[in-house]
Amino acid sequence: MSDLSKLTIAQARDALSKGQFKAVELAEAYISAMEAARSLNAYIVETPDKARKMAAASDERIARGEAGPLEGIPLGIKDLFATQGIHTQACSHILDQFKPAYESTVTANLWEDGAVMLGKLNMDEFAMGSSNETSYYGPVKNPWRAEGSNADLVPGGSSGGSAAAVAAHICAGATATDTGGSIRQPAAFTGTVGIKPTYGRVSRWGTVAFASSLDQAGPIARDVRDAAILLKSIASVDPKDTTSVDIEVPDYEAVIGNSIKGMKIGIPAEYRMDGMPDDIEALWQKGIDWLRDAGAEIVNISLPHTKYALPAYYIVAPAEASSNLARYDGVRYGLRVPGDDIVSMYENTRAEGFGAEVRRRIMIGTYVLSAGYYDAYYVKAQKVRTLIKQDFETSFADGVDAILTPATPSAAFGIADQDMSSVPVKMYLNDIFTVTVNMAGLPGIAVPAGLDANGLPLGLQLIGRPFDEATLFQIGKVLEDQAGRFEAKNWWS
Amino acid sequence: MSVDQATVRRIARLARIRISDNEVPKLEGELNHILGWIEMLEEVDTDNVEPMTSVVETSMRLRADEVNDGGYADRVTGNAPASDENFFMVPKVVE
Repeated sequence: MSDLSKLTIAQARDALSKGQFKAVELAEAYISAMEAARSLNAYIVETPDKARKMAAASDERIARGEAGPLEGIPLGIKDLFATQGIHTQACSHILDQFKPAYESTVTANLWEDGAVMLGKLNMDEFAMGSSNETSYYGPVKNPWRAEGSNADLVPGGSSGGSAAAVAAHICAGATATDTGGSIRQPAAFTGTVGIKPTYGRVSRWGTVAFASSLDQAGPIARDVRDAAILLKSIASVDPKDTTSVDIEVPDYEAVIGNSIKGMKIGIPAEYRMDGMPDDIEALWQKGIDWLRDAGAEIVNISLPHTKYALPAYYIVAPAEASSNLARYDGVRYGLRVPGDDIVSMYENTRAEGFGAEVRRRIMIGTYVLSAGYYDAYYVKAQKVRTLIKQDFETSFADGVDAILTPATPSAAFGIADQDMSSVPVKMYLNDIFTVTVNMAGLPGIAVPAGLDANGLPLGLQLIGRPFDEATLFQIGKVLEDQAGRFEAKNWWS
Repeated sequence: MSVDQATVRRIARLARIRISDNEVPKLEGELNHILGWIEMLEEVDTDNVEPMTSVVETSMRLRADEVNDGGYADRVTGNAPASDENFFMVPKVVE
């Protein structure tokens, strides 16, 4: 790892503006680090030439005094975001050779602010997974390993490439997306910071759709301040996404370091699950103590419908996915597998183009939306969703500023873990603490808070009021200051 | 509720995904496991609860009814596996 790739975004930004080094030097440092880390399989496409060109343009803008907020900062982009003329396949075979003619709003915002693109990052196929193992391009290795072990661990998912790349210092920060926990769970598994913003804070335009009422993009970064800097850039009101909300994007960085004295932090009883590992329980208690010591008031709250969020999610998300993924039919883009007639062409294309988990979810979604079952499944799930949202609203109405929970029920597990892959529902349970937030449309941040007995990172989650991401950064910074920073030992380069 | 093998075949047909005969029993087991787990929702009393239609309360924005994009059929068809003069090419559907 070269010295420049050790810098946070905030540090690199300040050094670039003072002329301490050039954006092209920073880009070269990351390009070498990225190339040396290929064994992690975090990047599926590297774009070093584009990075060099963008960095040179950044140097010119810095020289002219026209630097943007992210000028010269090298980022990795999850393969879910459309990047004009560059491989965009949601890590699926069905989008074989797809190169969009347009740029997603999220990435367009980043380039507008001066950021530099290093390449496209690995992910679970169509963001369906919690381990990055459903990717057509193979699993990503977590930069973290248990103490005294050489076993490869998953980085979590679906934004596994994003989280691994940030943890391994092969990008300064990364874009990610979160439909049920896909930013926060991999952030927790890799000792990085990830925030899922409020639904509507970030435009979904040009982001490959999974479950449209749940999908939201956000950043993964090395610390809370960097996450705040990145969210400020990617969040926007977008005429091209009618669900993007017309509220001004605040300066999230400005609140970092502010006292949390007098804030009310809710601790939900229902997140204390049976069989929760002692490490997680102890970490949660530590987090409570840190916030109390910082002057916050700790209150016990109840979110009674918590345990129903995950089963309801596994109706809503597959239902929406089955509709969204109907467009992959071998006609307009991507893979086409011939057949005797047009229907068999569709069937052959979709059988070969989609992986097992995506096929399974499309089938669940098709079933729950099929004639005679719509009310029993989809409408029921949307009613449960209303109740989940009301649980949160009750707590916020009682004056709770944010809710503190564990981010995941365990630390990172092994690649090809037998127990985890035995039945799909086991893997789904990874999202038990994060999925409620998507169902209610709220913002949630995962902050690294400690290591387990094996030396693997664990995260805490803060859940906030709608559009109050600023408070999450403010409290997240307190957790970060108390917990310290966690870095994986470099074994990969 | 659970699915049998005929239902698995029907769902696959509706979803336009070809499945082989030996995949059917495995899918039947997996789908039933997931559907069995989802049945937990029956415990929840949802009488008099409105189904969620929008997670964030907003009113739909309107814009002027005018053409603001388009006019590049070549780019639209540019990624197609088969196209001819800006038309998507598909197997014959009308005899």
